[in-house]
Amino acid sequence: MKALAALGRLTLGALAAVGRAGIFAFATLGHLLRPPFYWREFGVALMQIGYFSLPVVGMTAFFTGGALALQIYAGGARFNAEEVVPSIVAIGMARELGPVLGGLMVAARVASSIAAEIGTMKVTEQIDALVTLSTHPMKYLTVPRVLAATLAVPLLVGVGDAIGIMGGFIVGVNRLDFNAAAYLKNTADYLQPWDVGSGMVKGAVFGFLVALMGCYHGMNSGRGAQGVGRATKAAVVAASVLILAANYLLTELFFST
Amino acid sequence: MITLTDVHKAFGANRVLRGINLTVPTGKSMVIIGGSGTGKSVLLKCVLGLVTPEQGRIEVDGEDVGHARGGADRDAFLARFGMLFQGAALFDSLTVWQNVAFRLLRGAQKLPRAEARDIAIDKLRRVGLKPEVADLFPAELSGGMQKRVGLARAIAAAPEIIFFDEPTTGLDPIMSGVINELIREIVVEMGVTAMTITHDMTSVRAIADRVAMLHGGLIRWEGAVGDLDASGDPYVDQFIHGRAEGPIESVR
Ligand SMILES: Nc1ncnc2c1ncn2[C@@H]1O[C@H](COP(=O)(O)OP(=O)(O)OP(=O)(O)O)[C@@H](O)[C@H]1O
Ligand SMILES: [Mg+2]
Repeated sequence: MKALAALGRLTLGALAAVGRAGIFAFATLGHLLRPPFYWREFGVALMQIGYFSLPVVGMTAFFTGGALALQIYAGGARFNAEEVVPSIVAIGMARELGPVLGGLMVAARVASSIAAEIGTMKVTEQIDALVTLSTHPMKYLTVPRVLAATLAVPLLVGVGDAIGIMGGFIVGVNRLDFNAAAYLKNTADYLQPWDVGSGMVKGAVFGFLVALMGCYHGMNSGRGAQGVGRATKAAVVAASVLILAANYLLTELFFST
Repeated sequence: MITLTDVHKAFGANRVLRGINLTVPTGKSMVIIGGSGTGKSVLLKCVLGLVTPEQGRIEVDGEDVGHARGGADRDAFLARFGMLFQGAALFDSLTVWQNVAFRLLRGAQKLPRAEARDIAIDKLRRVGLKPEVADLFPAELSGGMQKRVGLARAIAAAPEIIFFDEPTTGLDPIMSGVINELIREIVVEMGVTAMTITHDMTSVRAIADRVAMLHGGLIRWEGAVGDLDASGDPYVDQFIHGRAEGPIESVR
């Protein structure tokens, strides 16, 4: 009985948290549509989230593409289908691994830094100070970051796709004795625009979720250093889980027949 | 005029404000004294709407603060206020002058950048800071310097009502004197309504027109600064003389 009550409490707590985050998301969209818009903050966020994530996302994609080529080659060899390597690497990267791994790396990098920054602002009364200076914290802090992430992550995914495919290509040509021209031709023949497009749409959703979770947990940070630490952890965990869940739903939506 | 009527605020089981009644006349300087943790900062935040009281009414010039909670109303309401936070609360992503000129760089009171910078440097000078600090970041300043930058930010846009939360804590005696004079000057010359929290009795006497003592969630005593020594209230006496013995418990 006690266990059941605890489970109930946990469920209710979780539902309430989802509700609060949902309200936060709608509030963000509402503020996005109403002026003022802080261009400077948006520019800074775009640099922080987009440009400075390039190395991490690029490296992740490169090594993943290479490993994928090796695995598919080994798996394909079981039924003499080694020639599928280029197309499956490309499709796998563009549809799944590019957006998901890119999104997770951005979650680790960006959700944490946003939550820590905003959380620190909260505990040092900087958020209160913003309010007294007639500046809405949602407009000044949340909207620029969420918009920047929503726009930047798809581009990161696009770059990641290209680098991942290149990783597969380098491994394919150097380790698996593929002919370079044939590998590229095979990739180009099989990769459809929607493979890349769907991955970029996923990227936009993941970017939105990452920045939203960073801002939400930062704004609701507890007091003191411990509060900020908890907020940061919660932001990364929530962003990662939401990315994986959203990825499943989007894949279901885009590709299930 | 700021009027608080029967204001209550609790954080969980911690009943901080238990029915505050207080009036601050326009153009006067009210100083709030009281022990650490009695809710002085919370009281100021209630007036600004940063903390919502469970009960009671707060009016500024007859207008209920609770009504100005959303949208443009609230911006206009807050544009009349300046606030120095106890911990300065400077934005650490912005330089010192951008902090001071924050309100002048955006929104309704927006000025050209160069002009805003000039005003910021002038305000910094008034709180005893050299123009060289303008381009530093808050993290590069000492605590007392941060406090003074916070003060400069509070007065930068020439608000009608200014709240100072412990303006002189962490400052040397000479700088405290400068700040006390500045606050007095702002009230007398610019007709600003000021509410100041301080533990420094020299400041109280230099700044105040009226003094209110907060204790046990209530305004224990309120009166003109000249009557402070003859208040006849044992709590006030103990507080202003800093005695360990008296009705105020030393463990709170
Ligand atoms: N956001 C908050 N959440 C929970 N409790 C709070 C919060 N803000 C203040 N308190 C509590 O309210 C009480 C009064 O705090 P406040 O900061 O107003 O004290 P103070 O009178 O300004 O003290 P000091 O002179 O030390 O600054 C304290 O017990 C504090 O723990
Ligand atoms: Mg205080």
